[in-house]
Amino acid sequence: MSDVREASAVSDPGPGGRSEPVAQGDDVREASRGAATAFEKARSEGRGTLVGYLPAGFPSYEGAIAAATTMVEAGCDIIEVGLPYTDPLMDGPTIQDAVHQALTGGIHVADVFRTVEAVAATGVPTLVMTYWNPVDRYGVDAFARDLASAGGSGLITPDLTPEEAGPWLAASDAHSLDRIFLVALSSTDERLAAITDLCRGFVYAASLMGVTGARSAVDTGAARLVERTRNAMSPGASLPIGLGLGVSDGTQAAEVAGFADGVIVGSAFIRRLLDAPSPEEGLDAVRRLTAELAEGVRR
Amino acid sequence: MTIDATRGVPDVSGHFGRFGGRFAPEALMAALDELTTAYDTAMRDPGFRAELDHLLATYAGRPSLLTEAKRFGEHAGGVRVLLKREDLNHTGSHKINNVLGQALLTKRMGKTRVIAETGAGQHGVATATAAALLGLDCTVYMGEVDTVRQALNVARMRMLGAEVVPVTTGSRTLKDACNEAFRDWVSTVDDTHYCIGSTMGPHPFPMMVRDFQRIIGVEARAQTLELTGRLPDAVVACVGGGSNAMGAFHAFVPDTDVRLYGFEAGGGGVGSGKHAATLVGGSVGVIHGMRTYLLQDDDGQTLETHSVSAGLDYPGVGPEHSWLHDTGRATYQAVTDAEAMDAFALLCRTEGIIPAIESAHALAGTLKIGPELGEGATVVVCLSGRGDKDMHTAAEWFGLVAEDGDAL
Repeated sequence: MSDVREASAVSDPGPGGRSEPVAQGDDVREASRGAATAFEKARSEGRGTLVGYLPAGFPSYEGAIAAATTMVEAGCDIIEVGLPYTDPLMDGPTIQDAVHQALTGGIHVADVFRTVEAVAATGVPTLVMTYWNPVDRYGVDAFARDLASAGGSGLITPDLTPEEAGPWLAASDAHSLDRIFLVALSSTDERLAAITDLCRGFVYAASLMGVTGARSAVDTGAARLVERTRNAMSPGASLPIGLGLGVSDGTQAAEVAGFADGVIVGSAFIRRLLDAPSPEEGLDAVRRLTAELAEGVRR
Repeated sequence: MTIDATRGVPDVSGHFGRFGGRFAPEALMAALDELTTAYDTAMRDPGFRAELDHLLATYAGRPSLLTEAKRFGEHAGGVRVLLKREDLNHTGSHKINNVLGQALLTKRMGKTRVIAETGAGQHGVATATAAALLGLDCTVYMGEVDTVRQALNVARMRMLGAEVVPVTTGSRTLKDACNEAFRDWVSTVDDTHYCIGSTMGPHPFPMMVRDFQRIIGVEARAQTLELTGRLPDAVVACVGGGSNAMGAFHAFVPDTDVRLYGFEAGGGGVGSGKHAATLVGGSVGVIHGMRTYLLQDDDGQTLETHSVSAGLDYPGVGPEHSWLHDTGRATYQAVTDAEAMDAFALLCRTEGIIPAIESAHALAGTLKIGPELGEGATVVVCLSGRGDKDMHTAAEWFGLVAEDGDAL
């Protein structure tokens, strides 16, 4: 089942024209598809990695794919496709609005997989960010299998902690998927070590204590969290650290790229789409924001 | 009086069999660990327990009465109905038992603010009350739909100095109030305690709230023994999140001859799809930090619930109830809006007691199971709250006032 993906990943050297990093051991699929490849590429270019988030089905099924494709064209290195969920208790009003619109529009889990397939076809690692219940309901192994089949790279799981992650650890191993857990300002050093130990692809550092949404300034504790997270990793580990929550413009992206490996942006993209008078103008605004952020991570 | 917890379950990570646990954002894990430690330490501290017992006795009004409802019992197949009068507690429901415990813990942890979710407003009122008593800031999240049908409780909370935030997302009821309270807590966890109102949420909440509520069953067990010389044949309670039921059941769980019955909100009927009967009509999943039964669709999206009772209008249920359901120790059935309102009226007319509509579900359940238990059987019914707050709903249901609010 992995043949097609391997072939397409190998045949596409990526926009930078560089060859893919040499796979270690026999885990070819993981190395060719995982989020780590995007971080590797950015690092080799001496810049930060830009990660963009958008929920599937927002502003519409096709609109989400068009927006994500635009984000890739304009400089996003990794795309997180959000799985719309009725009770997004880590999300602020902007993402709540978008997710509500997606659900009202009739988006289903099957549509999320189709969205992943379309976005992954652009050649960038494509992750799904999801609250745990939809995965639990689908069946953890079946979800992992179908995500892998769609060309998805893995999952970001904001309400799944390592303590409850047993089935997902097994399924992500079985299907060679990235698993991205979150660390927070309040995480103890012991937890940082345990969490980064289980992550594959990168670790998602939440830059502030709060829900998602654009903020005017990056929390001063963010750099310290990145430093603590790096120090907590076992010797020799090279897990990249992406920082998210609150980043909304090029200046903030540049600041974050100064101390983290990657910059994760979500609500600011959604805001552009929500505020746009027409779908075309929405895509234009998303393109401009992506370009600004992409320039930011290169400063 | 003791609130000592006999803990067969949960395990150290908060699991009741396959249920419970912690499905929470990493940002909250440190606070949940802090709370678990603070709670364990407090429960081993005789000073804490003495302070709580003192408040329960001199402020909340414990022990609550056990009232025999003879005329009501005649309608329930002639069983002997013993009402555990949580409606007589200060603030009018069982919620105060839990809130006093958590408010004292909040002070012990050095926090200065409590937040709460509320459906019918009873937990919000209790939290606002304890906050006023102990000098804590208080914010209560309440679904906009519920602020309308429970407007009196909104006014009560505001009189007590709490900020009441109407929640306008999702179905605008209890589950959305929970979401909003969690969002607040993630941002404010340094100085704020989330005073969860039921036996739900991530560990240690289901265990801790149960322990604070088990006084209901501890008292009822002793009172029944004193009154009748033996244990009751059944204990009956309504189940939304399940805190009054867990409190009433827990002391009886080892008494395997005592049947435990939980009655969920059947709304327009479980077959109609318009209900909140989680254990009767739901499936296992994850919601609000716990693995439990919930009402969800094939994609794992939470379904909207329907109940005449704001306090039972919740798509999940405490994980220990899921465990009692799976093990067969307790039996859960649904009661429709109409059955609950009939029982509401019956208790008013036969006993001169106006119950909360939530508690009326337990009364309706008693009318159902009474004939099965047989004449002379003894049934303890947890009368979890009083119905003052529900007079608007009852007046509409029974047509007691004209459209403009004037008496007919």
